Amino acid sequence: MKQLSTKVTSNGHGQDSSYFLGWEEYEKNPYDEIKNPNGMIQMGLAENQLCFDLIESWLAKNPDAASLKRNGQSIFRELALFQDYHGMPEFKKAMAEFMEEIRGNRVTFDPKKIVLAAGSTSANETLMFCLAEPGDAFLLPTPYYPGFDRDLKWRTGAEIVPIHCSSSNGFQITEAALQQAYQQAHKLDLKVKGVLVTNPSNPLGTALTRRELNLLVDFITSKNIHLISDEIYSGTMFGFEQFISVMDVLKDKKLENTEVSKRVHVVYSLSKDLGLPGFRVGAIYSNDEMIVSAATKMSSFGLVSSQTQYLLSALLSDKKFTSQYLEENQKRLKSRQKQLVSGLESAGITCLRSNAGLFCWVDMRHLLDTNTFEAELDLWKKIVYNVKLNISPGSSCHCTEPGWFRVCFANMSEDTLDLALKRLKTFVESTDCGRMISRSSHERLKSLRKKTVSNWVFRVSWSDRVPDER
Amino acid sequence: MGLLSRKATCNSHGQDSSYFLGWEEYEKNPYDDIKNPDGIIQMGLAENQLSFDLIESWLAKNPDAANFEREGQSIFRELALFQDYHGLPSFKKAMADFMSENRGNRVSFDPKKLVLTAGATSANETLMFCLADPGDAFLLPTPYYPGFDRDLKWRTEAEIVPIQCTSANGFCITKSALEEAYEQAQKLNLKVKGVLITNPSNPLGTTTTRTELNHLLDFVSRKNIHLISDEIYSGTVFTSPGFISVMEVLKEKKLENTDVSKRVHIVYSLSKDLGLPGFRVGVIHSNDDIVVAAATKMSSFGLISSQTQYLLSSLLSDKSFTKNYLKENQIRLKNRHTKLVSGLEAAGIECLKSNAGLFCWVDMRHLLRTNTFEAEIELWKKIVYEVKLNISPGSSCHCNEPGWFRVCFANMSEETLKVALNRLKMFVDGLLSTTRSQSEHRRLRSLRKMKVSNWVFRLSFHDREPEER
Repeated sequence: MKQLSTKVTSNGHGQDSSYFLGWEEYEKNPYDEIKNPNGMIQMGLAENQLCFDLIESWLAKNPDAASLKRNGQSIFRELALFQDYHGMPEFKKAMAEFMEEIRGNRVTFDPKKIVLAAGSTSANETLMFCLAEPGDAFLLPTPYYPGFDRDLKWRTGAEIVPIHCSSSNGFQITEAALQQAYQQAHKLDLKVKGVLVTNPSNPLGTALTRRELNLLVDFITSKNIHLISDEIYSGTMFGFEQFISVMDVLKDKKLENTEVSKRVHVVYSLSKDLGLPGFRVGAIYSNDEMIVSAATKMSSFGLVSSQTQYLLSALLSDKKFTSQYLEENQKRLKSRQKQLVSGLESAGITCLRSNAGLFCWVDMRHLLDTNTFEAELDLWKKIVYNVKLNISPGSSCHCTEPGWFRVCFANMSEDTLDLALKRLKTFVESTDCGRMISRSSHERLKSLRKKTVSNWVFRVSWSDRVPDER
Repeated sequence: MGLLSRKATCNSHGQDSSYFLGWEEYEKNPYDDIKNPDGIIQMGLAENQLSFDLIESWLAKNPDAANFEREGQSIFRELALFQDYHGLPSFKKAMADFMSENRGNRVSFDPKKLVLTAGATSANETLMFCLADPGDAFLLPTPYYPGFDRDLKWRTEAEIVPIQCTSANGFCITKSALEEAYEQAQKLNLKVKGVLITNPSNPLGTTTTRTELNHLLDFVSRKNIHLISDEIYSGTVFTSPGFISVMEVLKEKKLENTDVSKRVHIVYSLSKDLGLPGFRVGVIHSNDDIVVAAATKMSSFGLISSQTQYLLSSLLSDKSFTKNYLKENQIRLKNRHTKLVSGLEAAGIECLKSNAGLFCWVDMRHLLRTNTFEAEIELWKKIVYEVKLNISPGSSCHCNEPGWFRVCFANMSEETLKVALNRLKMFVDGLLSTTRSQSEHRRLRSLRKMKVSNWVFRLSFHDREPEER
């Protein structure tokens, strides 16, 4: 008799992909500026290491929070015993207000509609358990975060059907792509339960436009399905546009308190904005009471440590801190992104114009031998093993076009980033492509840049012209 | 089309049971010795509040652990970024050592076979996901912790088939009960994947005997199934006969490194021994590499906060602390247990003789109007609403005999326990004075005699076959 479950013996955890090879190589030979200057530089990890000093200085000025004290008195016992899955009230209040602050206080979040979870990994899986039966499908725009294959599908038995996005319009979600994905699900005999977007997007580093958000809300309304908006990167928006949350759009369309608003759920976490992935802090926000109730009970399987809830409720309740942090974080991210983008440019590499996130979506199509995923993987291996940079190949993000890579910029020092860019430049210049840059190649690059410039103009545009009609 | 999943809309979370009524009543009217002396006393919460001072004094002497410092240097960044599902190595080592210490160092635990999870709740569910497919069954001895209905079945869609245990032999697990449960599962067309026991038992408060453990190992061996031993209360054993872990029995039977040993998994947590349920610290120990690998990946859905891992790795690495704590904790639990048992006796109420846990398994059968679960719930409601004590009715633990209740003793002060016992005595005196007759007296006395035999039996070191009294 089969001893272990199917979940264990299949590879639904998704960790056999070649994507993880890069990780393993990094672990064997990690860069250290002093001890291992020729080692591999980690550019595949979307961590925010730019603003720890701000949190550290707050901790130094507010020692009670970490030492389990309130006003100098020990509250150790209270915290040790606190396992209420409704979460610490002051923490949920602080989270709700922080989420509001990130959205310019244009929308409000009711703490009673928040469900805490041990990271957004847990939050996303829990939402799937609440919304989908085994075999039901969610539509996700490609490219998407590789972890979703495990988080949304593995133990839940749900399916993902891709909404294909392409570089022709800056990877924006179009109505046609939504409909196509829906029909594809039907062909596969899958009941579609909803759409899940990451806004700002991982791996694109772009915030969804108002147009896309309107499209999505209209789509789920007409199909009577759910919309999950994973806004884990909402505090990393550094462009001059404002972050538009799906909650903004619901408000603007006067859809608050309607049936549709009950089918829109937001996921958040402190892992990216605050750089605290180790503390396991995630949240689900839903206007549907039944979901809040079910998800709250399910959160028993992944509660946030009371020690951590207390520390962070103190931190986030300090409005002076949060205001300063958000502003400074954006500045530093913007500056670091610029450094990456210009460094890439000088190597003849362009990126998708981005205004958020901890990474850029980099266009290396011109460096491929052939326009195939095999060539992409070949290039990737060269970059991992020869250039010694761990970056993420687009295929691991289910991108439909070969040649795109996600490159992180916020998880290393400026100097390390410099070094990485130098290595890349050297590599590009040493390849046939680099050497043989002829007039035609130059022109191709120039026209590619022109296209991307048009994309930039498009994305920055406030008029939101229909993408396909350029 | 159903907009929400069945899991969200059904009640497999098990929280509609009347059991939770008691909780709600308590929340509305909680006892406070000064502000609300007539409120409901919470005796339904298996928390260990007896030894916090020991941890507090350690924290005061070791401020680095909570302040993200190691030897005076800040390690905040390191911890903030640490999300490796393999867990903090120093913490796993400290946990492995602590688990060993809890078992008198008679067995050792390999940190590489440990998987950290956010509480035993998460550990148990994760193990189910690893061992059972939807529709598969695990056998559990009754009575059992009500939370298992949710933890083991809800999202996993596994089933529980009870192994019926009775007061006839102190609720010990018998060979025939095991076989009966297995056959029952077959009748229900359920594939049995394993047995799950809690040792020491919740709600019984008793350690599993060597005889029972041997039966269990033989059983899972023969049936080629798994054995999960939830040893969350292992550090709460306060008197003889002492704690015997299934790991010890494996060692004694020279079954280490065999196929069977790969099917024996331990679950542990710091929620009961250390009284830290808020910190969400649980652990799976398995000798099966594949289970460890899969459970490790699954732990992504419920990792322990690195802040907490660091604090507790410091605490548990301090051997002089752990040694003193385990000893002192046991002394205090024993003391408090004695108070509850004698207080109940003074009210003419007996318990199953117990040597562990944070509660007693109390026999109130003689207070039932009729030998039915309806009468049990009636009595329970009186105790909640009139006596104002929240205790847990045996039916909520799937006990197959009406009249048993789980009463906690470690989650309140001594004074509060006294108040609770006084109230109970007054209630029982009131009840019995209205119905007492010669025959009742006799029945009570013969019940007591039976109990003495049970006590004698359980104390016995020879571990005679339970049915052969």
